Amino acid sequence: MNVIIITGRTTEQGTLVEDKLTHDYFKSVNYCELNKEDFARMGLKEGDRVRVKTDYGEVVLFARKNVIDETHIPEGMIFIPMGPYANQVINPGTDGTGTPQYKGVKGIIEKTDENVIGIPEILR
Amino acid sequence: MENVTCTFCGAVCDDLYFDGDEFRTKDFCPLGEAKFSRKKRIEYPTIDGKKVSYEEAVERAAEILHNSKRPLLFGWSSTVNEAIRLGVILAEKVRGIYDQCASVCHAPSVLAMIEEGIASGSLGQIKNRTDLAIFWGCNPVEAHPRHPTRYSVMARGLLTKGRADRKVVVVDVRKTVSALMASHFIQVKPGTDYLVFSAMRALMEGYEDAVPEEVGGVRKEKLIEFVEMIKSAKYITILFGLGIAHTRGHDRNVENVIKLVQLINRYTRCILQPMRGHFNVVGAGEVAAWECGFEWAVDFSRGYPRFAPSEFTGVEALLRKDCDAALIVASDPAAHFPRAAVEQLKRIPVIQIDPFPNMTTLLSKVVIPCAISGIEAEGTAYRMDGVPIRVKKVVESEYWSDEEILEKMLEKVLKLRED
Ligand code: SF4
Repeated sequence: MNVIIITGRTTEQGTLVEDKLTHDYFKSVNYCELNKEDFARMGLKEGDRVRVKTDYGEVVLFARKNVIDETHIPEGMIFIPMGPYANQVINPGTDGTGTPQYKGVKGIIEKTDENVIGIPEILR
Repeated sequence: MENVTCTFCGAVCDDLYFDGDEFRTKDFCPLGEAKFSRKKRIEYPTIDGKKVSYEEAVERAAEILHNSKRPLLFGWSSTVNEAIRLGVILAEKVRGIYDQCASVCHAPSVLAMIEEGIASGSLGQIKNRTDLAIFWGCNPVEAHPRHPTRYSVMARGLLTKGRADRKVVVVDVRKTVSALMASHFIQVKPGTDYLVFSAMRALMEGYEDAVPEEVGGVRKEKLIEFVEMIKSAKYITILFGLGIAHTRGHDRNVENVIKLVQLINRYTRCILQPMRGHFNVVGAGEVAAWECGFEWAVDFSRGYPRFAPSEFTGVEALLRKDCDAALIVASDPAAHFPRAAVEQLKRIPVIQIDPFPNMTTLLSKVVIPCAISGIEAEGTAYRMDGVPIRVKKVVESEYWSDEEILEKMLEKVLKLRED
C-alpha cells in the first residue's frame, strides 16, 4: 500500500528519551500507527509487523491502529514516532536548508513475518 | 525546593517544586517528571570502552579535536549558555564546524526569520492577551504539555481571563490529542501548508475569486470562515511546529506564514511563536550568534566563521563526509539523524559528553559523563520566546559540569596549539 510517512514526538517517546538503551524506549519508537480502515484492509492484528520502504531505506515495525480512539490518522498515512526506526526511512535530503525532510515522505508498506530488530542491530 | 526550573522542553517552566533528596516532584508534566527522575547514568569516563579519569578523557578528546582537519561540534540544546559559549570558542580554535540541534529541528524556521523578520511576543503576552490561539503543525499536549495550561489555552491572563475568552484552532495533517482541546480542527493534506497560507493571504486581501473551491483538502468556505475569525480577533498567536518546517518546502513554508502574519497585522495584532523543542535550543543559537554572528551551521576551517546551512549542518557535513571527527554534547545524533548520516558518524572518532547513555554512546571512542544541567549544574537558558531564565543546581553531584569539561578541553587544545 502506498503511504505518506509522518514522524513526530509522542509523550511516551519524550519520557524515555534519556533512557535510550532500555527496552521501554525501543517499544516507544519501533511501531507505526495506521488508520483503522487501512489496518483492517491489510489484514493486520495487534502485534503484526509491517515493512516500510522508501527511496531512502526500509525498516520493519510493529503495526498499530490509532492509539487513542478520538484521534485520527487519515487513510494512506502512517505515523512513526521520531527516533532511530523512523530515521531508517525518512528523506536525508535537505533541499539546501541543512535540515532533512522528516515528514511527508512517500513510502510503501506491506505485511511481513520478519522481526523488528533491536537498537544495537540498527547501528550495526 | 520551590520555583525549580524544568530543563526538558522549550517552555522552561520555572514554577515547579522538586525535593532533591527524595526525587519527589510536584506540578511537573509527564515529560518533566521523567526528566527529574532517577535514571541510568554513564558511570565514568571511558576511552574505547575502558575506564579512565576525567583528565585522561579530556586530554584524549583534545588530541582528537586538535589532530583532525575539520571536526564537527554538534548538540548543545540541552546544556546551559555558559557551556555553549565555550563550545563555540572551541569550534573556532580547532577550526571545526559548530552546529546544534536546531538543524534537525526548527532551523528552517530561523532561516525564514532571517529572510523575513518575525512579529513576536513573549509567552507572558500570549497568556495575557491572546484571544485566538492557532496551533499549526504542532502537538503541544505531547511535546510541551504545560504550554497550553500555563500560557496559550487555559491560562488565566490579565486581559484574556481563561479558556472561555480564547478561541483555539488546531491545524494539522492528522487529528492529534492537541486537536481535542481545540474549538476548531482544520485538517490539511500533507505538504500543502504553503498552499493554504497562500489561499489565506488571498482571502485576507479580498481576492476570493483567486481561491479554488478546495485548497490542501480544506473547503473554501471553511477557509473564509477561518480568515474572518482571524480578522475579528484582537490578539492572535500562531504557534507552529515541525509540521511546517520539516515537510517539503521547509523554510519557504515558514516564510509564507510570516507573510500571512504581516498581512494580519494590517487588520489586527498577530504574533508568531515557533514551538522550540529542547529547553535551551534557543540558547544554542543565540549564544553562537553573539559569539560569531551565526546561529548554526558555522564553519571555522578558514579561521573565520562562515554560515552555510546547505554545507555545514551536522547532517550535511556527515552526508558529504566533510568532517573527520565529532564532539557531541548534550545530544544523540545516532538516534536522531537520518541513517545515511549515522553511517558516516560510525566511521570517524566520536567524543561524547552526556549525562545518560544513548545510541551515540554506542559508537563513541571517548565518553565523558557530565552533571545534568538544571539538576546538578546551574546556568542560564533561553526559553522558546528568547527570555533568559536561570536554571538551578538542586542536587549535589560528583560529575563535572559541561562547563568544567569544556573549559579543561579548551585549555588542552590551546596548549597543543602552542606546542
Ligand atoms: S512543559 Fe516542558 S518545561 Fe514545563 S514541566 Fe513539562 S517538560 Fe518541563
